[in-house]
Amino acid sequence: MREYEKTGVLSVDHLRLPSEEHLARGVAVIECVQDIPCNPCVDACPVQAISMENINAPPQMDYEACIGCGQCVAVCPGLAIFLVKVDDGRGWVTLPYEMLPVPGQGDQVTLVNREGEEVGRGTVTKVVKRRDTCVVTVEVPPALAMQVRAIRVKP
Amino acid sequence: MRVHQHPILQFDRGKKVQFSYNGRPIEAYEGETVAAALHAAGVHILSHSVKFHRPRGFFCGIGKCSSCLMRVNGVPNVRTCMVPVSQDMEVEPPDPPRLPQAPFEEHRREELDADVLVVGAGPAGICAAIEAARHGARVVLVDENPRMGGQLVKQTHKFFGSREERAGTRGITIAAELEEEALQLAREGQMTILLDTSVFGYYGGHGSHRLTAVNKMAQVMYILQAPTVVFSCGAQENMLAFPGNDLPGVYGAGGVQTLMNVYGIMPGRRVLMVGAGNVGLIVSYQLLQAGVAVDRVVEAMPRIGGYHVHAAKLRRHGVPIYTSHSVKEVYGGDRVEGAIVVRLDENWQPVKGSEEDVPCDTVCLAVGLTPSAQLLFQAGVHRAYIPEAGGHVAIHDQVMETSISGTFVAGDTSGIEEASTAMVEGKIAGLGAAIHLGLAEDSRDALISYQSTLQAMREGPFGAKARAAKEKILQEASHAGV
Repeated sequence: MREYEKTGVLSVDHLRLPSEEHLARGVAVIECVQDIPCNPCVDACPVQAISMENINAPPQMDYEACIGCGQCVAVCPGLAIFLVKVDDGRGWVTLPYEMLPVPGQGDQVTLVNREGEEVGRGTVTKVVKRRDTCVVTVEVPPALAMQVRAIRVKP
Repeated sequence: MRVHQHPILQFDRGKKVQFSYNGRPIEAYEGETVAAALHAAGVHILSHSVKFHRPRGFFCGIGKCSSCLMRVNGVPNVRTCMVPVSQDMEVEPPDPPRLPQAPFEEHRREELDADVLVVGAGPAGICAAIEAARHGARVVLVDENPRMGGQLVKQTHKFFGSREERAGTRGITIAAELEEEALQLAREGQMTILLDTSVFGYYGGHGSHRLTAVNKMAQVMYILQAPTVVFSCGAQENMLAFPGNDLPGVYGAGGVQTLMNVYGIMPGRRVLMVGAGNVGLIVSYQLLQAGVAVDRVVEAMPRIGGYHVHAAKLRRHGVPIYTSHSVKEVYGGDRVEGAIVVRLDENWQPVKGSEEDVPCDTVCLAVGLTPSAQLLFQAGVHRAYIPEAGGHVAIHDQVMETSISGTFVAGDTSGIEEASTAMVEGKIAGLGAAIHLGLAEDSRDALISYQSTLQAMREGPFGAKARAAKEKILQEASHAGV
């Protein structure tokens, strides 16, 4: 049994991480590691950067091809795809957000990691509604870009 | 406690109405069921147990558990979780446990015949009805709920699967799309839809099946006759044995979903979720979306049963998941005041001293479902107990046909699985009925394509249980010559 099957928390060791160059451009990191019958991300990608051996296989991201458009972030039924960008000493994470209240651009929000722990504060830089889901981009300290996976917004 | 703001749903409540409960005026909104409106008004005790007079509350919310039976406008034993409120409706506590005096003979009777009768308008039933109607069959689609869609109407999450099965679309949207397709066929005269109507008996017939149904509140009885019948009656929530499991405030996970996602009513303030399968994980997340705190999820198995992605959503929103833990007891006077959870050892035995008191006013059970196949059993189909299918099921072949020629089964009634597979099974059963009627002679390719879609959806590790269930059912079918 893998640890995440017990805890519900992935460690970055389970993920194939993007390189510094990929991160500088901004790419989608897919945190979907199990064989589940699902493939909307493959269909949503405009540049065919996401592939799957069959509908049950976990999606594979070609970081070279990914253009960081975020279509897959909004479509993923598991809310398991995050856009991560680290460039010039700054970091951004774009995540699906299905809670209330919806933050506005410029709002300060609490940054939360995969275990639900508060790890810092960040500024919301973009909020869009895409495919029926709110997608929020938040600026994070670059060191936290691979850790922040949720935000908490004060009402 | 009504939900006023929700990240996904908009509650466009109907106009205010007033009804009476035990002589007391209760305000509600048109479209709400009696049981939901009572819950919102703070009435948590809906009935009492017969022998020990223990209080019983809202549990399943979909007409399967009988804890909300009451007398409504003089009609005894009404499942109030399925009957919408109306102005000046008179709701009284349940009748004493003896046969009530309410003769039926003088009420209206209607006879309806069809090519295909579909019992249950959930994802499987609607898809079966649409498929059969598209092949030119005259279809009667019956459901006991006030609206179509089965449990899809409360699934606010986006569905998994592939594009053909509407993956990436929310269940509520799929329900609306299927409903619209069915209504269009009804407008074209291809389909008759009877809502608020329960099919309650099978009376056989030669070359044609006769079933009886009733719309209790409208006091109409139907005699339905069709050469083919699709049974897609869904499933019911499983109970778990522990002291206090009948206290008001212990709900089935589906009941909680109905309250909060269909009617916008919070079940409570703080929830203990029992079960970390997909249902437990998804409903926990939906509770957070409705503004309800989830204290934790406990799971008796050593590992999380549902998809990791669902568990991950909960964890990053601060909800802990305790595997190898279960609920030992729930305590409270007239309703839940807290629960004791306990760690289980490798032999599933409670570890002494590991008890923990969890403050909560709601305990939600997500411990599996049992197929609702009673009608099929009453009809006398060949049946078997298949644990992987969730209990006793009607043995059926690859076209979903049971041992009674012309009767088909689809969705959870044929074995517990997902809504996405239920839709494909529905299409197969609908097509099977059309083939049986001689309306779809050249549909071999369509059938094979549906069957291979189903197979692909069950291929991964999470499909292992459904795969095993269906293999056993087919084996049993060939033994029994079904």
